Amino acid sequence: MEFILAIAIGILFASGIWLVLRPRSFQVIIGLMLLSYATNLFIFITGKLAINQPAFTFSEAAAATELFTDPLPQALVLTAIVIGFATTALYLVVLLGSRGLTGTDHVDGKEREVTHE
Amino acid sequence: MLLLTLIVLPFLGSIAAAFMPTHARNREAWFAGAIALTSLLITLSKYTVIAEGELITFQLEWIAQFGLNLSFRMDGLAWLFTLMIQGICLLVILYARYYMSPKDPVPRFFSFLLAFMGAMLGVVLSGNLIQLVIFWELTSLTSFLLIGYWHHRTDARRGARMAFTVTALGGLCLLAGVILLGQVVGSYELDKVLAARELVVNHDWYLAIFLLIALGALTKSAQFPFHFWLPHAMAAPTPVSAYLHSATMVKAGIFLLMRLWPVLAGTPEWTWIIAGAGAITMLLGAYFAAFQHDLKGLLAYSTISHLGLITCLVGIGTPLAVVAAIFHTINHATFKASLFMAVGIIDHETGTRDLRKLSGIGRYMPYTATLAIVAGAAMAGVPLLNGFLSKEMFFAETLTVGSDRNIWLSVAAVLMGIFGVVYSLRLIKVFFGTFNPTIGITPQEPPRWMRFPAEFLVICCLVVGIFPELSVGLLLSSAAGSVLGDQLPQYNLAIWHGINIPLVMSFVALVGGILTYLEMRRRGVFTRDRTPLVPTWANGKQLFEQALLALTGAMMRLERIFGTRRVQRQVLILVLAALGAFAVIGFSPISLDAAQPSSELTIPFALLWLVGGACAIAAAALAKYHRLASLILAGGTGIVVCLTFLWFSAPDLALTQLMVETVTTLLLLLGLRWLPPRLMQGKPTLRKIARRSRDFIIAIIAGLGMTLISLVVMFNPSSSRISAFFLERALSEGGGSNVVNVLLVDFRALDTLGEITVLGVVAITVYALLRRFRPAPESVGAPLQQLDPIDPAARQTVPDQVSHGYLLVPSVYISAILPITFLIAVYFFMRGHNLPGGGFVAGLIFSVGLMMQYMLSGTAWVELKSRLQPHRWVSAGLLIAAATGIGAWFVGYPLLTSHTAHVTLPGIGEIHLPSAFMFDLGVFVAVVGTTMLIITALAHQALRSTRFVTSGVVTPPPPYQEDQ
Repeated sequence: MEFILAIAIGILFASGIWLVLRPRSFQVIIGLMLLSYATNLFIFITGKLAINQPAFTFSEAAAATELFTDPLPQALVLTAIVIGFATTALYLVVLLGSRGLTGTDHVDGKEREVTHE
Repeated sequence: MLLLTLIVLPFLGSIAAAFMPTHARNREAWFAGAIALTSLLITLSKYTVIAEGELITFQLEWIAQFGLNLSFRMDGLAWLFTLMIQGICLLVILYARYYMSPKDPVPRFFSFLLAFMGAMLGVVLSGNLIQLVIFWELTSLTSFLLIGYWHHRTDARRGARMAFTVTALGGLCLLAGVILLGQVVGSYELDKVLAARELVVNHDWYLAIFLLIALGALTKSAQFPFHFWLPHAMAAPTPVSAYLHSATMVKAGIFLLMRLWPVLAGTPEWTWIIAGAGAITMLLGAYFAAFQHDLKGLLAYSTISHLGLITCLVGIGTPLAVVAAIFHTINHATFKASLFMAVGIIDHETGTRDLRKLSGIGRYMPYTATLAIVAGAAMAGVPLLNGFLSKEMFFAETLTVGSDRNIWLSVAAVLMGIFGVVYSLRLIKVFFGTFNPTIGITPQEPPRWMRFPAEFLVICCLVVGIFPELSVGLLLSSAAGSVLGDQLPQYNLAIWHGINIPLVMSFVALVGGILTYLEMRRRGVFTRDRTPLVPTWANGKQLFEQALLALTGAMMRLERIFGTRRVQRQVLILVLAALGAFAVIGFSPISLDAAQPSSELTIPFALLWLVGGACAIAAAALAKYHRLASLILAGGTGIVVCLTFLWFSAPDLALTQLMVETVTTLLLLLGLRWLPPRLMQGKPTLRKIARRSRDFIIAIIAGLGMTLISLVVMFNPSSSRISAFFLERALSEGGGSNVVNVLLVDFRALDTLGEITVLGVVAITVYALLRRFRPAPESVGAPLQQLDPIDPAARQTVPDQVSHGYLLVPSVYISAILPITFLIAVYFFMRGHNLPGGGFVAGLIFSVGLMMQYMLSGTAWVELKSRLQPHRWVSAGLLIAAATGIGAWFVGYPLLTSHTAHVTLPGIGEIHLPSAFMFDLGVFVAVVGTTMLIITALAHQALRSTRFVTSGVVTPPPPYQEDQ
């Protein structure tokens, strides 16, 4: 289980990094999405990987730590997900505006070189 | 408390003065004068207390955990400086009232002047070294503003910048020195530092401490080799020069040396460096002063020379030298301020300060002439004036340095005296001789009250010169006593001590000066353009400018080599830097063998991630030419992430991820419409392939690294005691059983409040950016899909859409579902505190419901029917959340403390009502507002463009080509 998750994070991260290094703004936005999945998962696994132990403490007597998953990374990730949405939206609008203003979707605002067909 | 008033009053006055009308010269002057006078009276009222040798202190807690308090302390030395700062400030204000032209924006002037006074008072009254440095830098800053007051003039800007660069750099050195000193002593309190001489002097760091502090003091007091800024600071208005460069700013360095004299002085380093710098400075200053053509330049260099004299005295370090230093500080302040004022009057009345043009103006302004001549004589050290007394004390002290055979310092002192007489004579000369009519104006006496400040100061010179013991005896002994403690020597402030060596030296300097002056005049040395015997390259200003230029040039070259404006390159550097940092830190704590895999390999989970990983890789591969496919694939990965959260007991995360995924995909779909298609172009060049391979390798390395880190993290679980705290307290103190939700709305509510604020800011930014949105020209026209006759909307005009909606049947259907969606949102919201749900999720569900309406009924139709104003939702949400948090204040708890109430309602039963519920409501409303504002702002663009198309100006859509 741990290995699957670790490899998954690695794949998401590698795909994200690859895309972030690409020149086209849409590639970068997809890359940022994948990177944020990977990062959220990574923050999430710093808690404990518990199955069927959601952090719902219905009675005070049963509030023994080992019966529950770690709620703190979850709260952090929840915040991160929502903020991620906001930054994606902001990036998208900047992307569109840049495309309209510069006439290219290269992240530098201009093409790297004249493409030879 | 009075001490605090002394500091705060000028700053308050400064703020008030800044807001007065631009040309209210009189009101400004009265106001500033009242502030200065009040402060001065407070100081004077403390005279008796201080004269008895008492210490006035005042402490205010500041950053107690670092041992830093706001600490003010007034002893004899501080009192004397305070008196000078306030007294001369008052005189300068009066003088400036007449000096400043009605056209000058005076509020700025008086505001800066008062702020400067406050900063100076802060320096002399600080009882804490760090605090002293802060005020010290404030004086640099305010003096920068004052010197550059006429900022339309290049010389003023340059002079201000130079003064600021030099003194602020010195200030940084001083800060470093003071921190070291504080570390050695164990306290930054002045009282403790002053008592720790043995500890400091014998410490290994002594040299470093001393050098850093000396750098601070010597730059501020314009000592060689940092003297060059002072003459250029003369571009300031003359009242500023009179204030800053006679009594205050440049004296701060000397004050600091005197203040720290008990701790640092008495070592060979101290004597050599301080006295050496002082001796060189006083000689050079006097020499240069003699050859200036600008009256203010002459005064500037003479100031440098006199500061050198005082520094030299402090450096000599005998108790009597310290007394002489303090005495000369007072005397210099009085005669130099009055001379600056006299020069300002001359400038004001004749329009020039050029010594070669000015001549014989004494007959037109006899009164001013008398004042300037007396002050000039004091500067030259003529008997019966104050300058004579302290200079003679200085001569006496130079004799004590070294052995009897070592007379170099005495020779230097006499030389300085000779040149002092020369430049004083040059100054006085402007009043005699024949009047030079080419200056074009016939000068006349200035107004009565413009003369008064100089008059007052000249009378002080005379009184001190004739009755020294009576006038300043007590003042001097209390000031010197606070520096020297029980080492205070016996001295006699009489004019006549009998015929002795110092008197002979004074006499030699006077007569020698007069003879030198006459000889030089005969040879015409004074009319030369350059100072004789000085090589052209030895020009402080030029060297400084060159150094600055070289520095900025080097930085720009560095930026060209290592910097880039290309985002792609920047991201690459960022990624590489992260990898590099990772490589440096390394994997030392890796211990996989000791770890216990907590759960065995499960096939379904592996399959799940097979899909998720494939989706991610495919999304990466397709993002360039097949954006829609890539977006859908990325969404697939998102769903797998969501399922993973669900798998590992995080239902709240899964819910939020699902909803955010939906909204983000919708958003990007809306955005895709404005991105013209990108078509595959032939074969990639070799360079492109190389670049891609490089990035591919980087990506693989990064992915592997993350895999490894993840493994390390998972196999070394941390026993988080914080989490246990939350689990134990969620129900009992937060009043909710969903710990994650309680964390968000209660324990970490401030965090959440910040987060929804960010959301609101982003939403409004997006909205603002889209208001001026100019889409790519290729995408202005309606996309091909909309022109396809199969699409009912292709034939629809905007009015059509407004009346019927976009797709009639689905939109009726979705309208029917809408209330149910809302109900689901309310359900998730209500149960959020105890079960999966909460404000975020509910807000997103609510928004998705609305968005479906937009999609199926068309933007125009919805915008006509609905009254939804997302801006108001955003602000309302923020207000609700903040008000709930602030509410805790009114019942005496800290911000965002929550309270749980259980209300039993008939028919419904017990209702769980924590105040966090209201907070969550705010989150809900803010989330709805944010998502709706972003999505509708983007969706609305399509409407604008459709209107554009239907109004007849149809741009032909670009030739649509199937993606290869």
